[in-house]
Amino acid sequence: MSENSFTSSQRILSRIRRFLLIATVLGCSAPVWAQFRIEISGVGGTQMPIAVTEFRDEVNCPQPVSGIIRADLERSGQFSLANVAGAQLSETSVPAWSDWRGRNADALAAGSITKLADGRYDVRFKLWDVVKGQDLGGESLAVPADDLRLAAHRIADKIYQKLTGERGVFATRMAYVTKAGGRYALRITDADGEGGQVALASPEPIISPAWSPDGRELAYVSFERHKAIVWVQDLSTGRRRVLADFRGSNSAPSFSPDGQSVALTLSRDGGSQLFVMDRNGGNVRRLTQTQAIDTEATFTADSKTLYFVSDRGGGPQIYRMSVAGGSAERVTFNGAYNISPTLSPDGRSMAFITRVGGGSFKLCVMDLASGNVQQITDTVNDEKPSFAPNGRLIVYATRAGGRDVLMTTTLDGTIKAKLLSTQADVREPTWGPFGN
Amino acid sequence: MKMHNIVMALASAAVLAACSSAPLDEKAPVEDKAARPVSGSQGASATPGSASESKIQTIDLGAQLNAAVKNQRVVYFDFDSYAVKDDYRGLIDAHAKRLSFDHKLRMSLEGHTDERGGREYNLALGQKRAEAVAQALMVMGVQAVQIEPVSFGKEQPAVEGHDEAAWAKNRRVELKDK
Repeated sequence: MSENSFTSSQRILSRIRRFLLIATVLGCSAPVWAQFRIEISGVGGTQMPIAVTEFRDEVNCPQPVSGIIRADLERSGQFSLANVAGAQLSETSVPAWSDWRGRNADALAAGSITKLADGRYDVRFKLWDVVKGQDLGGESLAVPADDLRLAAHRIADKIYQKLTGERGVFATRMAYVTKAGGRYALRITDADGEGGQVALASPEPIISPAWSPDGRELAYVSFERHKAIVWVQDLSTGRRRVLADFRGSNSAPSFSPDGQSVALTLSRDGGSQLFVMDRNGGNVRRLTQTQAIDTEATFTADSKTLYFVSDRGGGPQIYRMSVAGGSAERVTFNGAYNISPTLSPDGRSMAFITRVGGGSFKLCVMDLASGNVQQITDTVNDEKPSFAPNGRLIVYATRAGGRDVLMTTTLDGTIKAKLLSTQADVREPTWGPFGN
Repeated sequence: MKMHNIVMALASAAVLAACSSAPLDEKAPVEDKAARPVSGSQGASATPGSASESKIQTIDLGAQLNAAVKNQRVVYFDFDSYAVKDDYRGLIDAHAKRLSFDHKLRMSLEGHTDERGGREYNLALGQKRAEAVAQALMVMGVQAVQIEPVSFGKEQPAVEGHDEAAWAKNRRVELKDK
């Protein structure tokens, strides 16, 4: 199967494979449900059991809306799924509370899908508190067929927010790079890794995609001109421009959260050094002045501080410094090789990659206040972590089964899900910002 | 080109021919029915009686310099190292002479790493290797404007594979004409 031949039936097959694989990886022998149930292990009693029934007339709709909602909620690590077998319910129903309590569901969601005269679909849902027997509200979304997946993710977000008090990230997007048959593609997908669209296809490598804070643009490094050049592409129009094409290599772009500037690595003066420029490419200023490698800069939420990688002390370690300049402060002290820092949106945690004995590269999370570090994976070729905009999940690249794959994990490492199932190598994930 | 430059170039060509084992460009416009070996220092003084007295033996310095860098396009590096090893003194010398002979020549020095480690950090490591080769050339008198050190990091391995044999072939700088 080629990487770009995701017909819907193949997608469904790949989904089933994906869940089978997760069940295998986690050593679960539980049956895999026809409704794309994800098997998860290693969690305590903190998950809320929720029932999401098949939406009325969902069978006539091109997307498995309730299945997408269930998979979203389960992948978040905050919910477990209650058994909905045999239930026929919609947003207009009056639930039989004793039945749902008997199924150990604390919350229940149901809905309907109606095709409108103009070809769009009216997707409605309602959420109930089963314990209190209470209506928690609902919504109606009229969307074209192309946006049905988005509608499902938005409903999952509403449910997530209502029940956890935090924003969900299911309707956000991810960017990543695939490599198959010597061809590279920069792809944009839903946060579950499905519904992918190609933003750039190229015979040459593409690395380091970075979202603009408004989610409209993507900066990335393309080697299409046989050297590393930083481009910025408007995703909806496909218009793109060169942001940095100086002598030598231009790489590691990162937008400031205030949207005003981009930090990047340039070798134009010799060596790989950090620079900051306006987002239109003007006002280029050099930030570091070392004989060492300084790269992989990422901004704190207030846009005032940069975390970055430097080998000024010998091996690569993570440092931080003010965007205004000045001295740098070392952040990582364990191990001889720490790279690819990324900060949680609340600024409390930093995810990064460390090299451990035997040449393994492992995803770690550091609590910045205490400096405590936790390795949170069992894989050995982890790369390039990126936080979800609500800070509850991390997406990262790793190797499994001889291929580059993407995984999501909770910050404590207990709940992991593999994104996508494709013959292509998948790498360089970066999680997009909240939409509107 | 000024006269002393020509003299210098001729002198370097002579040294080059004397110390280089690279074959001369077979396409050089030389007709020599005696199939006598041609070298830079002897070619100009044809032996009387072996050919027409009006025959002029051409020396194409550019072709000789091109021939000297044929198959001399890759510098390999040790693990975690950016030092251009002594083994490559001849290669660096040949490229330096060729670049100095024709100041319009432009080359790309493409640094590469093995597959281990992060993509961006490896990009910086490959850049460091490319800049080490650039430095070695500039020490030999090459102008900075003629050579652009760039990096592909670990993105374009020469050899696929996950062992030291493959890695050793991937830690390299390729010298390419632009």
